Amino acid sequence: MARIRKRSIQLSKLCSFACCRSSSQDEHAQIGQKGYSRVVYCNEPDSQEQIRLRYRGNYVSTTKYTAVNFIPKSLFEQFRRVANIYFLVVACVSFSPLAPYSAPSIILPLVVVIGATMAKEGVEDWRRNLQDIEANNRKVEVYDKSSCSFRQTKWKDLRVGDLVKVCKDEYFPADLLLLSSSYEDVVCYVETMNLDGETNLKLKHALNVTSFYSSAESLKEFRAVIKCEDPNEHLYSFIGTLYFDCQQYSLSPQQILLRDSKLKNTEYIFGVVIFTGHDTKVMQNATDPPSKRTKIERRMDRIIYVLFSTLILVSFIGSLFFGIETNNDLSGGNYTRWYLRPDKTTVFFDPRRPAVAAFLHCLTGLMLYGYLIPISLYVSIEICKVLQSIFINQDQAMYDEEMDRPAHARTSNLNEELGQVHTILSDKTGTLTCNSMEFVKCSIAGTLYGRGMTEVEIALARKRGEQLTEQAPIDASESKKSIKGFNFRDERIMDGKWVSEPQSDVIQKFFRVLATCHTAVPEVMGPDEIMYEAESPDEAAFVIAAREVGFEFFARNQTSIKLRELDPTSGIRVDRVYELLHVLEFSSARKRMSVIVKNPENQLLLLAKGADSVIFERLSKEGRAYEERTKEHIEKYSEAGLRTMAVAYRELDNDEYKTWEQEFLKAKTSVSADRDVLMDELACQIERDLILLGATAVEDKLQKGVPGCIDKLARAGIGIWVLTGDKRGTAINIGYACSLLRHGMKQIVITLELPEILAQEKEGDKEAIAEASLNSIKLQILKAKSQVTEESSTEFGLIIDGKSLTYAMDKNLVNSFMDLAMRCATVICCRSSPKQKAVITRLVKSVTGRTTLAIGDGANDVGMLQEADIGVGISGVEGMQAVMASDFAIAQFRFLERLLLVHGHWCYRRISMMICYFFYKNITFGFTLFWFEAYTSFSGQPAYNDWYMSCYNVFFTSLPVIALGVFDQDVSARLCLKHPLLYQEGVRNILFNWPRILGWMFNGLLSSIIIYFLTTNSITGPAFRKDGQVADYSVLGVTMYTCVVWTVNCQMALSINYFTWIQHLFIWGSIAFWYIFLVVYGSIPPTLSTTAYKVLVEACAPSILYWLTTLLVVIAALLPLLSYRAFQIRFRPMEHDRIQIQRRRPESTEYDATQRRLSESSEARTSSELPSEFKHRCLKKSANIGIASAGLGV
Amino acid sequence: MDTNGATTSSAAGGGSTSKSSSKKHSRKPVISTFTIIGIIFIPLGLVSLSASEKVVEIVDRYDESCVPSDYSNDKLKFIQNPSINKSCVRTLTVPKLMKSPVFIYYQLDNYYQNHRRYVKSRSDKQLRSVSDEKSTKDCSPEDKTVDGPIVPCGLVAWSLFNDTYVFSVNSKTIEVNKHDIAWKSDKEHKFGSNVYPKNFQSGGLIGGAKLNSSVPLSKQEDLMVWMRTAALPTFRKLYGKIEQDLQANEKIQVVIQNNYNTYSFSGKKKLVLSTTSWIGGKNDFLGIAYIIVGGLCLFLAVCFILLYVIKPRPLGDPSYLSWNRSPAGHPN
Repeated sequence: MARIRKRSIQLSKLCSFACCRSSSQDEHAQIGQKGYSRVVYCNEPDSQEQIRLRYRGNYVSTTKYTAVNFIPKSLFEQFRRVANIYFLVVACVSFSPLAPYSAPSIILPLVVVIGATMAKEGVEDWRRNLQDIEANNRKVEVYDKSSCSFRQTKWKDLRVGDLVKVCKDEYFPADLLLLSSSYEDVVCYVETMNLDGETNLKLKHALNVTSFYSSAESLKEFRAVIKCEDPNEHLYSFIGTLYFDCQQYSLSPQQILLRDSKLKNTEYIFGVVIFTGHDTKVMQNATDPPSKRTKIERRMDRIIYVLFSTLILVSFIGSLFFGIETNNDLSGGNYTRWYLRPDKTTVFFDPRRPAVAAFLHCLTGLMLYGYLIPISLYVSIEICKVLQSIFINQDQAMYDEEMDRPAHARTSNLNEELGQVHTILSDKTGTLTCNSMEFVKCSIAGTLYGRGMTEVEIALARKRGEQLTEQAPIDASESKKSIKGFNFRDERIMDGKWVSEPQSDVIQKFFRVLATCHTAVPEVMGPDEIMYEAESPDEAAFVIAAREVGFEFFARNQTSIKLRELDPTSGIRVDRVYELLHVLEFSSARKRMSVIVKNPENQLLLLAKGADSVIFERLSKEGRAYEERTKEHIEKYSEAGLRTMAVAYRELDNDEYKTWEQEFLKAKTSVSADRDVLMDELACQIERDLILLGATAVEDKLQKGVPGCIDKLARAGIGIWVLTGDKRGTAINIGYACSLLRHGMKQIVITLELPEILAQEKEGDKEAIAEASLNSIKLQILKAKSQVTEESSTEFGLIIDGKSLTYAMDKNLVNSFMDLAMRCATVICCRSSPKQKAVITRLVKSVTGRTTLAIGDGANDVGMLQEADIGVGISGVEGMQAVMASDFAIAQFRFLERLLLVHGHWCYRRISMMICYFFYKNITFGFTLFWFEAYTSFSGQPAYNDWYMSCYNVFFTSLPVIALGVFDQDVSARLCLKHPLLYQEGVRNILFNWPRILGWMFNGLLSSIIIYFLTTNSITGPAFRKDGQVADYSVLGVTMYTCVVWTVNCQMALSINYFTWIQHLFIWGSIAFWYIFLVVYGSIPPTLSTTAYKVLVEACAPSILYWLTTLLVVIAALLPLLSYRAFQIRFRPMEHDRIQIQRRRPESTEYDATQRRLSESSEARTSSELPSEFKHRCLKKSANIGIASAGLGV
Repeated sequence: MDTNGATTSSAAGGGSTSKSSSKKHSRKPVISTFTIIGIIFIPLGLVSLSASEKVVEIVDRYDESCVPSDYSNDKLKFIQNPSINKSCVRTLTVPKLMKSPVFIYYQLDNYYQNHRRYVKSRSDKQLRSVSDEKSTKDCSPEDKTVDGPIVPCGLVAWSLFNDTYVFSVNSKTIEVNKHDIAWKSDKEHKFGSNVYPKNFQSGGLIGGAKLNSSVPLSKQEDLMVWMRTAALPTFRKLYGKIEQDLQANEKIQVVIQNNYNTYSFSGKKKLVLSTTSWIGGKNDFLGIAYIIVGGLCLFLAVCFILLYVIKPRPLGDPSYLSWNRSPAGHPN
């Protein structure tokens, strides 16, 4: 059902060919008014009138920047971050004497960081620009009036009013009005893949009046004016009028060919350009997906504020002491520290005005301790996330070979949020199930046909503990040849045997309805091969079923449907032509579809199929012969998880039809807003007194691996909600089949289908019903809550239907309802509408405050996907709309397991570790400066050479962090999947909670103290070399800096759980680079290198004390973390510690055995770690780059 | 590979990486790490300590005692009065044999050579070449006199230390070698051989020592040593070398010209004679720190061993996990 509903709005409206009639003025009253003011002079793009309107050209630019505004605009974007503004201000102030270090050394890192981000932006934008250039320079044939022929023009030169010719398999360059085509009945077929991702062909039909202009010569005379709506983003609506030959003709979407869709199966078409460039519907639709920020990022901002406060506090303390010291320089009229010349000084050091000096020093302090704020944090995180996304995209284990679709991270900024998902909200059809429908059973004239068992039936049987006889499932092996969409086995029907069934006439009618009542288009592939292009898989399944039984639908045009049928009397296959009069299309409100046809016997027939509830209430008295039994069967089918549809027909009276048709056509051609309502009403009028034929049952197979995946996710402690439009029975059974509802789980059902409510509904007092319903729901929720609290050891599954849900969402009830729902492991909402899905998602998100993930595949899931913290789209059969609205796209539901448990867990861990570490390293560095300050009477002299400092964040410590952020794994992918509980680390956010963050900060503080005091005490004072030299300012700076670089990099090596050559290269390379830098920097002339001149080569390297100090300080600074970790692993191990320890044990322990229960394992090989993500494409050629396997024995 | 989700990667993963998994996820055997650190550090500490013990050091604070008793209440007046004879005689006893070379240091205390104003007040350009004589922008107020730029300019040079020491044993003067006390790079690259002091200490306020304006800066090693600013407020600087052995119990007479003013900021002045070993001067801190860190590591290692013996961990019990105790995995 839901499937068809989804598509209904996109139906190619086969019926509208008859609506080309002039209509009276009042019906398009809106034309010419606000919102409907566009005027197009066809074939006269050069006319004065057209030029005066100044419509935009067809040039399209999707770039964020232009060459002119790139610099200012991207700079502006950059400086929207608080930290960057701070650094900018610092850079500006650094030119004043306030600065503790030279201006270039502060500007360079800022330029590097900003430049890197801008370069990234620029590259992305350049790619978009290349696409634009390609699109703008495509060729199209435009009509040239002077020569009466078509000439080639670039897309970008197209103007409104131009006449263009588009040939087969070409894209439409702009939104066009279809004038004529190579077909005589002026139709054409288009593929709208780029617009909505649908691959089926849609039929477009020109107005009959323009069909005459089908050659280049005739076009010369063509003059017309189109008045229509202004540019808007509605792909499936168009309101306009064609003024032609002093007549008005109304235009519908049927005549509009949209840019970026493709002409198929048609030699050529002629069209008039209506909307160009950014006015086209597709461009109007191009909006950026809503930007989502992760919880970690938001918390990171708060940490930055904490650091800013620390910075201010530290500067304040510094300047306080500085003020005191400066004040002391003048004691009792004497200048104490005469060597500073306090008598002849500047305002910055003036002892006569210590308050001013202290204030100015505070500014200096803000610059000096700026190293507390990690300048490269944002850009590093961005780089990491992009690389992480590449890993996700290239993970071979999430690659669907059948569909040739890898996973795709459409945004990179939600990676770590994947590791914190608390609740998953899932669509059912197409997400849990394949959405490839198979016709399995039917009930005709009260008789069941179709053998075999569905997956759900098998699961149910297993639940009941029945031993299955190996009759099921029936597979291709049994039949001659498996046909997609058809899994119906019944010898009573197949191979023409239905003729001898007692109710053969009903069977005949039943399949005729299936063969004619649809909007599918046949494509003849070979002599005996016909494919159907249908807008829903259900429909295709029906047509295929009819074909297999012997009612082969093989051709359709605007006015007829051709079937090849078995004639029951003669037994010969004959062609029968049904004249197609009207199609009353499907819509979610109507829940049915019908066609009006005239059969070869000249009988007028209305053939209908639809939801059982809708069809049953429209049956005539005589038509109810099989109602009871069919109802029973439908019940049975839906229990078996099948999708059911009732089939009925009606013979129409000629006069009744005539009067109705007139009304109907009138309604159809009207351009008023209530047109749809009117048409629905009219359809209702004719769709009555039906005669029931039977019901169909279509199986929507579970996707591969769904039960296993759901089981894993549940064991990871993630709550799963299924939101489906199915009936309760179907939903519950699907729930069992995909192990959402498990053995031993208690069901709580909240429903309004209670006798007392139903009784009231009969009375029809709406208010009374609402009140009674609300009370009933309230009672049910309270009862369920007490039950849940009483039996806290059992798992619960909550099942609620859409109607009850509307009451449960009442603002007085919603909290207790959510409370109940949160305590249940599974929640199934059946019979819910797309809008409800979005509302529920929003509620779950706001009430729990936890991360929600929505997964779905269809247009009806879009709201849900955008509402959730993370939207995952399944790029399945159902078109691309969900994928377009999603943040991550995967091909199969089962990949969600890996996406969350492996990538989510890793990314969460990586990013949180990375941020913590960033703060650690900057605090370590920043505070060594502060301690040194204390020994320079807080004068603002940095401990290190300017350039050492500015390279700190950019060169000596950044790459290892990025390596951590990209590659680190606490445990391998295999173990992540084996121990789903590990995922709770992210859900509980235990790697990024305040104690942990503050712990890291404290560790940084501790490291800085250890580094400063051990270094100064070891190295200064007595001689530091055998030749009697003492360590001066420059030597102390180098030694301390060496210790800092070693410490933070080794700390990183300790924190990393996973080593490849990349980590080794980055960590040890960074340290080595420091020495190289020192040698190189030390060898440039002393006027530039100042204190760094030859400091390593001449002073430090020959000193044994220097090396001994480094070793001592580094080990001492690592000790706190090392011993903390050791105690923590011993006493309060985290889950990943446990798994790591466990993995080391040679034999599997008890723990293993329990875990193995559910993971039917074959422990053949350990999964490939880094490469498993990487390999997919990268490693194919350059094998084994990531395989260096040297472990660091720390 | 145990789950369907990951089977593909195993199938296609190839054997190349299978063996590496256990190695790449690094392990941290705690006890052995601590033990190894302890085992390495304690001997290192002992070796450095013994090296430091071999060094013989004589430290003599003379700023207080070199002020005549009648000025002891107003030391500033004493030091600032150029007419008073500043020489002062100290006698040092050599505790142990001091092998040549014996390094002579002066040690200042509470002297902020690392003050930002002070550190910045110099011109490396000017020191290096005559042509940059005029680049004195950071040197204010000791940048120029009426006669032109001061070479070397700035507070650092201006406040050059000017106490002098003359040593004698048994009335026999000991020669003090004042060569090669500065950094080689200073002599060769930082201080120019054609740069001569100019207008130095000729202004109103005389800071420290004067320089012989006929000797190029590259030969003024005292200046170079002084201009290598110290890192901390307490520092030693090399004064010279005694290139002969000093016998144990020898009495060394030092005649000190006590010129330098540390009295206004109550800094101390000390004279230090010291030999060196491979570790440098007398530096017990490093050895002790090594021993402490090493000892701490061994202590931790022992603690962990005891813990494992006394209370073996119930490994591999999933019920041990905090979140396993709450049912349904739904934290509230």
